Amino acid sequence: MTFSPELEARFEKFLAKYPADRKRSAVIPMLVYAQDETEAITQELIEEVAKRCGVTQLQVDEVVGFYSMLHKKPQGKFHVQICTNISCLLVGGAELWEQACKKTGIGHKQNSADGRISLEEVECIGACSWAPAVQVNYDFYHFVTPGQLDKLLDGLAAGKKPEEITDVKKVSC
Amino acid sequence: MADLVKFTINGQELEAPAGMLLIEAAKQNGIEIPSFCYYEGYSLQAACRMCLVEVERMPKMQVACTLPVSAGMVVRTETDQVNAARKSTLEFLLTNHPLDCPVCDKGGECELQDMVFRYGAGESRYTETKIHVDEQQWSPVVFYDAPRCILCFRCVRACDEGMGVSALGVINRGAMSLIAPNKGDHLECDECGQCIDICPVGALTSGAYRYQTRPWEMEHVGTICTHCSDGCKTTLGVRNDEIVRGNNRDRSGVNGEFLCIKGRYGFDFSEHADRLQSPMIRVNGKLEEVSWSKALETISKKFAEVKAKGGKFGVIGSNQTTNEENYYLQKFARQGLGTNNIDHHRTGDVVTLVDALSGTTGRLAKSVDFYEGKAVLVIGADLAVEHPFLAFQIRANFRHHEAHVYAVTAETVREDLVATRSVRAIRGEELSALEGLREALAAEKDLVIVFGDSIKGDKVRSLVEYGQSLGIPVSYCALVDYSNSRGAIDMGLVPELNPGFHASNVAGATIDELLAANDLAALWVIGSNPLEKAKVAASKAFVVVQDLFLTETAQRADVVLPSASAYEKNGTVTNGCGEVQRLKRASATMGTKTDLEIIGLIAKEMGLAALMGPWLPETVYAEIRKNVKGYDIPLPLVTIGAQQTAPVNGRVGVDSRPDLIRSSHDNLFTSGTLGRYSTVLNSVIEGRQSR
Amino acid sequence: MRYNPPSPLETPVLSRRFRLPNSQSIDTYLATDGYKGFEKATGMTQDEIIGEVKTSILRGRGGAGFPTGMKWGFVPRTSPKPKYIVVNADESEPGTCKDRLLIEFDPHQLIEGVLIAGLAVGAQQGYIYIRGEFRYLIGVMDKAIDEAYAKGYLGDNILGKGIKFHLATHSGAGAYECGEESALLESLEGKRGNPRIRPPFPAVAGAYQCPTILNNVETFCAVPAIILNGGLWYAGLGTPKNGGTRMFCLSGHVNKPGVYELPMGFNLMRMINEVGGGIRGGKKLKAVVPGGSSCPILKADECDLAMDYDTVAAAKSMLGSGGVVVLDEDTCMVNFALRIMRFYAHESCGWCIPCREGTTWLKKLLTRFHEGQGQRSDIVMIGDLSRNMLGRTFCPLGDAAAMPTIAIVEKFREEFEAHLDGKPCPYENIGSRLVTGNGLAA
Repeated sequence: MTFSPELEARFEKFLAKYPADRKRSAVIPMLVYAQDETEAITQELIEEVAKRCGVTQLQVDEVVGFYSMLHKKPQGKFHVQICTNISCLLVGGAELWEQACKKTGIGHKQNSADGRISLEEVECIGACSWAPAVQVNYDFYHFVTPGQLDKLLDGLAAGKKPEEITDVKKVSC
Repeated sequence: MADLVKFTINGQELEAPAGMLLIEAAKQNGIEIPSFCYYEGYSLQAACRMCLVEVERMPKMQVACTLPVSAGMVVRTETDQVNAARKSTLEFLLTNHPLDCPVCDKGGECELQDMVFRYGAGESRYTETKIHVDEQQWSPVVFYDAPRCILCFRCVRACDEGMGVSALGVINRGAMSLIAPNKGDHLECDECGQCIDICPVGALTSGAYRYQTRPWEMEHVGTICTHCSDGCKTTLGVRNDEIVRGNNRDRSGVNGEFLCIKGRYGFDFSEHADRLQSPMIRVNGKLEEVSWSKALETISKKFAEVKAKGGKFGVIGSNQTTNEENYYLQKFARQGLGTNNIDHHRTGDVVTLVDALSGTTGRLAKSVDFYEGKAVLVIGADLAVEHPFLAFQIRANFRHHEAHVYAVTAETVREDLVATRSVRAIRGEELSALEGLREALAAEKDLVIVFGDSIKGDKVRSLVEYGQSLGIPVSYCALVDYSNSRGAIDMGLVPELNPGFHASNVAGATIDELLAANDLAALWVIGSNPLEKAKVAASKAFVVVQDLFLTETAQRADVVLPSASAYEKNGTVTNGCGEVQRLKRASATMGTKTDLEIIGLIAKEMGLAALMGPWLPETVYAEIRKNVKGYDIPLPLVTIGAQQTAPVNGRVGVDSRPDLIRSSHDNLFTSGTLGRYSTVLNSVIEGRQSR
Repeated sequence: MRYNPPSPLETPVLSRRFRLPNSQSIDTYLATDGYKGFEKATGMTQDEIIGEVKTSILRGRGGAGFPTGMKWGFVPRTSPKPKYIVVNADESEPGTCKDRLLIEFDPHQLIEGVLIAGLAVGAQQGYIYIRGEFRYLIGVMDKAIDEAYAKGYLGDNILGKGIKFHLATHSGAGAYECGEESALLESLEGKRGNPRIRPPFPAVAGAYQCPTILNNVETFCAVPAIILNGGLWYAGLGTPKNGGTRMFCLSGHVNKPGVYELPMGFNLMRMINEVGGGIRGGKKLKAVVPGGSSCPILKADECDLAMDYDTVAAAKSMLGSGGVVVLDEDTCMVNFALRIMRFYAHESCGWCIPCREGTTWLKKLLTRFHEGQGQRSDIVMIGDLSRNMLGRTFCPLGDAAAMPTIAIVEKFREEFEAHLDGKPCPYENIGSRLVTGNGLAA
């Protein structure tokens, strides 16, 4: 299985981080970075990671199902994650989630027909003091209002990249 | 042994070795602390929380399966708090567990059922929906019904730690966690079924047995597996004279926790539709069914005629018939027919080993030595494939005692996983690799050396010389193929040896010579199939065959007699380590007779009944005790457990005929003729070929 | 605090560089006493370093509050095995968002803390386990680590003093359970994040079964200042037995939510009213979760207390991870309890029966209850099932699910009763709604 040179370089770094006989440590980092490139954790990827880390496919499979970020089904190009855990819940996180579902017509862990957007109701993403919070792929949005969420979803649906939706600011990247 | 410490459970002062786990210490003293995930010999989980008990000076209840006992520890296992916790854990377990015990295959022998009966609540408070996952079939013999699974992880450990196969894992998280097979939707493993045996509930069930009967409708007959020479105890579940199940019911055999696919499912040849059920005689070139009396009369007449004319007899015995049958057969051949032309398919060079060890005692390895020895050297054998129980013992020895394992083999073997040193050597050239191990081996406290059929004749002597030169106690095991291969040698089913490794001074032809002899007048084959790959040169030879099936050899026969399988007879067999064990009759196939009875009947028909004595296994065994050195072991002792025979203690003084020693190298899914008629073994092979 | 304006009431120690421009860079760090603590520590014995940490009364900031110096002291320094320093940056306790800031705005402070810990026990390798959702933080941290290597603060011969220490980030992939230290170590080794049987504790058998110091980000970040300024100085910032400052994450119904660094023992009502600007919309305070979702909730009249480990424990709750979640009078407590239980059911690793089955059952029960299908007996059962998990699970996750639930049912029983007999939820406002449907199924 071939990956981009960037990912290959990253894999090499991962494998060098751990003691020589502990390559298994690289399984989770490899999967979580690789799935962004392969769009999902395929059987082929599982076999490849197993081979490179010197473990069995089953040992990789055991991990895939355990971690909620690892997904065997492709996500949308922009994976919109809305937190509804307590701090966000108190200040409108659940409403944002409802709004997103209604607006996109898709639900939890579903993808839009054009594959641009997928939704996920997520557990606490560590933005409690700046709630309600949303993550698009790995970017955080804080103090998200219903209006901003609308603009964000509209922009993404219209083919824009998050950074091109200038009136909704990402806080980190 | 650790020092004993005094501690208290429920006000009773008890003693146990310091550091022993509380759950074991309690059990040793007759106090049950319930658990699902704790399983002696496998790694600790502390997952099921059934074994929570109160321990004084500890803030909350403690799990007894991970807590070592210490001096002065005060434990309470039957308080309100403990009982409430057990009840609640069971209540939690039952939330997603189907409550359909009447139709569950495990009903009646389910640990969860028993546990709820003892510790559980009479009614359920759970009114929410249950999580459902469809049942999956992972292999011909393994089914997984996830909702019944309580996630005790016993199966995962049995497969990983016990078998070294690691074919089972856990996928998903939380309440959605499932046990999963190594190939996504199916298993690729030894198909040993230990995951099924160890499953406390009906989550893992056997494709060969499920939904055929209720456990209480069966009679459970403990006998010895008739396939390889490891001599595992298998318990056959019998209903209406039919074997419905094989399993490792009470773990009381030499095999302890272990049983492989053959011991568990390979009984099915005995129930095969192609079993011979009537004697047959060749009439006008074709075999026709006849009565037993007609068949016996035909044989005895012909035998008497050949004997009277001084014609050449040939007798070929079996690797799977009992010691009694083998003894009886050679006695009849030698004393009744007056021939020493008796042989069997030889599979390992026990004879040279016994000879090379003459003048020593206690140098033949016992099954338990593979588990208790400080070091094990495997030469020229893929134990995990051909002798899976011995391989299991070695893994357990490594796991529990950090035994040092050395492997000198042509290919990679499973022992490599636990080996201190693995050396690859061409088959037959293994001994040349041993010098490189000398230093390491000489530093061991003791050593078990086990070798396959590439080490025979002088190589066995060289190996023993090498072993004795290490300066440490070494014991040996010459691997042989089948359940009574060792017994066949011990009972003298070779022309060179009378029973008990006594050299025979009478000339006798070997199996190859018999088949090649143009002047052979009568050939009598019992439970063997020499014509699978050979022919009888003497076209006019009168051939009598006793077998379960119409084998290639039986097809050449003039008279075919349907014999009973090992599971249909009483008697004793001797495993590869020389341990005598008792077969117990489980079932019967209509029309068949045991080989012992058949021999007796032929003898009687020939007027030799007085010479032969009654064909009762116990009577013949008594004679063996008297006449076969090393076998003077009272039957009650054999009944309660394997007893190692101690063969000769002096030179054997014959050529072991290494040229005739050829192991069949049956693997986990083949077993000579019997394997051909085992539906389960064949279904595994077919399943793999179709993938 | 970068994402929220600072408060004048703060005592910035760990966060003192946050307001500086380019605070992540090693130049900024070095210009503001950066790596001075480490340099000082290179001249100290291992016992002196650990002694200083003990003197500081620094207690673990991850939630359990175990004295850090004592934890470091458990590491068998004479063991022939390699020793490891592992940073728990798997911040995922609902209500908590401080470690994110500490890494984002002052990554070198963390590196320095880790280096000092390495000196204290003779470790030569460290790993920073960062939750996978914080992908950008891995970038921040990797950059800082590269800078530290370039400037000679990491490597085989640090500062030319023959000190060897290597540090690397490690990405998680979404599992709250991996915040539990032994589960984190399993995850670091590439396995499912199931916790381990303890003892042995990580100090003796941690990463790769070797002696390991494993602490929260905030704990390590406090160490450079402790070494540089002395343990006594740090201890003096807080209250007796509760040394130093704490990164409090104020969230929920306050006017000025944010992360604020306050002295240990800061009064909770003052935190809400003076730091947080009071309850928003002029509403009344109903309750406070004082230290992340696993801590038993405090009713409004229980909130006049000092925020230190012992005082909060005396009020039968916990200081936890510093997540202070403020609830106003219009919050539906049934919904709140349900949301907490949904979280724990989702995050239960599945290893032990009481947690795996208990959280799932309670989630279903509370969902039904909140939908108006509850029965009076259910109210008792919610507490009962929670108590059947409490203290009986393999790891603290079961307790974390049970404790807040027990407290909510006990303290707000009337709200549960108000949901009986098919009555609609009496709270119409924000915080009463819960999207059911397909969200976060078990």
